[in-house]
Amino acid sequence: MVIKMRNDDERLKYYSDVPKDLILKQSLNIKARSEIEVYNELKNILKKNKDVLSTPSFLGGGVWCHYVPPLVDYIASSPELLTSYTPYQPEISQGILQILYEYQSMICDLTGMEVANVSMYNWATATAEALLMSLRITGKQKVIIPKYTSPWRKRVIKTYLHPHKIKIIEYGIDNSTGQINLDEIKQSIIDAAALYVENPSFFGVLDSNVDEAGKIAHNAGALYIVGVDPLTLGVIKPPGDYGADIVVGEGQHLGSPPSLGGPALGIMAVRDDMKLIRQLPGKIVGLTTSQDGSKRGFVMALQTREQHIKREKATSNITTNEALLAVRAAIYLALLGSTGLRELGELILERTRKLSNMLSKINGVTSPLFKAYYFREFPIRLPIDPNIVNSKLLERGVIGGLNLKPYFPEFGNVMLLATTELHNDSHYELLVELMSKIVRGE
Amino acid sequence: MGFIQASWDEPLIYELKHTAPIKRWFDRVQIDINSYVPSNLIRKENVELPDLPEVEVSRHYTRLSRMNFSVDLGTYPLGSCTMKYNPKEMITLRDDARWLHPLQDETTIQGALEIIYRLSKYLEVITGTDKVTLQPAAGAHGELTGVLMIRAYHEDRGEGESRNEIIIPDSAHGSNPASASMAGFKVVTVPTGSDGNVDLEALKVALSKRTAGFMITNPNTLGLFEKDIVEISKMVHEVGGLMYYDGANLNGILGIVRPGDMGFDIVHLNLHKTFSTPHGGGGPGAGAIGVKKHLIDYLPIPIVEYDGKQYRLNYNLPKTIGAVHGFYGNFLVFIKALTYIEIMGEEGLKEVALRSTQNTNRFLDLIRNTRGIEIPYDPKRPRKHECAISLKPLERETGVRALDVAKRLLDYGVHPPTIYFPLIVDECMLIEFTETESDENVEKYASILIKIIEEAYNNPQVVLTAPHNTSIGRLDEAKASHPKTMALSWKMFKKRQLGK
Repeated sequence: MVIKMRNDDERLKYYSDVPKDLILKQSLNIKARSEIEVYNELKNILKKNKDVLSTPSFLGGGVWCHYVPPLVDYIASSPELLTSYTPYQPEISQGILQILYEYQSMICDLTGMEVANVSMYNWATATAEALLMSLRITGKQKVIIPKYTSPWRKRVIKTYLHPHKIKIIEYGIDNSTGQINLDEIKQSIIDAAALYVENPSFFGVLDSNVDEAGKIAHNAGALYIVGVDPLTLGVIKPPGDYGADIVVGEGQHLGSPPSLGGPALGIMAVRDDMKLIRQLPGKIVGLTTSQDGSKRGFVMALQTREQHIKREKATSNITTNEALLAVRAAIYLALLGSTGLRELGELILERTRKLSNMLSKINGVTSPLFKAYYFREFPIRLPIDPNIVNSKLLERGVIGGLNLKPYFPEFGNVMLLATTELHNDSHYELLVELMSKIVRGE
Repeated sequence: MGFIQASWDEPLIYELKHTAPIKRWFDRVQIDINSYVPSNLIRKENVELPDLPEVEVSRHYTRLSRMNFSVDLGTYPLGSCTMKYNPKEMITLRDDARWLHPLQDETTIQGALEIIYRLSKYLEVITGTDKVTLQPAAGAHGELTGVLMIRAYHEDRGEGESRNEIIIPDSAHGSNPASASMAGFKVVTVPTGSDGNVDLEALKVALSKRTAGFMITNPNTLGLFEKDIVEISKMVHEVGGLMYYDGANLNGILGIVRPGDMGFDIVHLNLHKTFSTPHGGGGPGAGAIGVKKHLIDYLPIPIVEYDGKQYRLNYNLPKTIGAVHGFYGNFLVFIKALTYIEIMGEEGLKEVALRSTQNTNRFLDLIRNTRGIEIPYDPKRPRKHECAISLKPLERETGVRALDVAKRLLDYGVHPPTIYFPLIVDECMLIEFTETESDENVEKYASILIKIIEEAYNNPQVVLTAPHNTSIGRLDEAKASHPKTMALSWKMFKKRQLGK
């Protein structure tokens, strides 16, 4: 169907320098519809989804479901913040600059680092860029990462590192404690640019080997990169206390819902060392004063690292990031405060232990898989394929945990379960009741 | 001027102290931490954050939000950013939109997959490409994805080592060369000719068997249409290179010219620019990528497919570059872009280009004869959605720079244009009104700019010391970045204070 672009549209004169052949003559077949109709249809499409608030879910694996206090939505939707841009004119943008500075400061406080950027896209890309940083800083061509980490993060790491022809060595865990295998790290650390460790691990294990791992890395001249969930850091000691040079992590659940995995919030922070700070990607807000020194103010700092100045020599290409998610995280953490952060951490530890104990009572189920301390997540071994367990759970109105068998078949029928403050005891009782029936073949 | 911005001496959250009862949204429990956490991992000192009642947290962040400017407050004509009005919606606050876990079984997220699929299809048609992925989280992320696919394409043909150059015009946004570097390429820069378009002779010299690809935006960063684009595509393809389209400037040709028709093999789009999703102070955005048939094999996984009944996530692409996002991209942003396209329809999308272009050209006509302003590169040629002007004459004659004019614009309650980009224009201001600015706003902006230039000639101090009406005046940017005085976190600030 040929669309008649109104040939009398006098504004076409502005396109006189465009070759006639390029001017679109066919229809795109996109009909304009009313807002009422479009939103109605969209609601009907969305109703086809099962969300984790209406259907109890035990999924985790790097994305977690935590409560979103309404004040976060309220402030983040304010017209002054939502429709603003990166604050290149600081005099008129002190609001967002200060909020982001507070976010950076809170991240440093939680992680024991001194400089944090305003955000990366998510944990996966933050880790990839931290590894690229370590290559630039050390000039070496090898990195050491966990074998047992999120397959989705690992895929992104490999994609980012591929063009640079980097040797990626993976280390395993102790099969009974679930903790990182220090011997495997010692064997491969030589000539490594970085050792990357996650605490808690992908399996939710709180890893007491992280002190030693850091020493091994530093003795070999490698940087120590630690991946964390900041919510654990109210009760767990920060990576800064065990030698981390760079900290990465996921901040999405600090005030935002899972959102099908995006938008998320990549955390990245470093020690107070100019060698590291100069190589940090992303935007950084700095504290300064007005030119006459009388008032405190905030500006974007160290822009000479970034693409708009250094171009092909920039530390990264990142421009638009996840700033609004960082704003949300700042508000969330401010609402918790230091006591709230600790109390929430303690609650999650208690919930995790409770659920894993309840599941251990089911005949045939090993819960938890490793003899370890867990935060929020833990693996269990089932007597039958986790895929079958999950289908049957879904039929009965529950979304089970993450089936790990396709990714780590060496562990057999293993499922990773996550629990947060959104679950209460009746959710656990339901899961236990259904799972008991399912493993009995009912 | 009628504009005074709110100004609070708002302390940092760390400096607040308010004693009042605090109610938690969760239940507290008493546990013996020693039986839950390995002893060497127990956090010894509490995190530094104060405990504040909700009312004080609300006040703190609300007051801060008032010291911020946005599209919803006034004209924000940042060139290359497309700060159009963001239609408001509450759909993304629904549970069935945002409380979805990415690892849920496909059967439980059919609605979400349908949204991803639909949006991809619209974008394929709009760009003239064969397959779109929504995985990249921003434009630069899309660029990286595209350049990685270019690499994969050549590696697949045994030319991964030999084709190690990406050619980029000197007018390009810095993210282009940065993305090319991240993908392991060497960047070769070609100059812009005196006509404001890529110098074809220089391009001819730069092209070779080492060329992996050519990255360009069209209209370019001067706001001029690259009229030789079809010839450029031919030249690049002839040496075996691929054409990459930076979609940041799509607003100027939306629905009128399609990148796919210009010869581009890979196209990225900025959903937070052209498709009106809010900028959020720096994100989240979304950077969709569209490719022609011969590049589909290399797309990041998973791909969303539809078999007529069900939507599926397909991870089976043997030649994929892998993944650039942990999951499927910034889903909530897709919802906004999808509804924008469906409400606008193709007539509305064309109107976007026509009106944004008209706004720019009307503005140019209003200021073109103003003393102090120069329109570089063929001033008589129509621009598209944005235009670069130079304040070099003003600077020469009065010492007042583009930076100073920008600061003075703030006093009038409008946001300045982009300054000092593109690099090829001296004392550059890159102005993009977008189609959502009214005729009156465009005229008003022109008259404000003319007034400020008059001020520069007659009373330069008021411009040189601007802004006066914002929360704060000019700031010491050097202090923030110097190793001796930098304070990039509250922790660092206190450390420096103690002389460490």
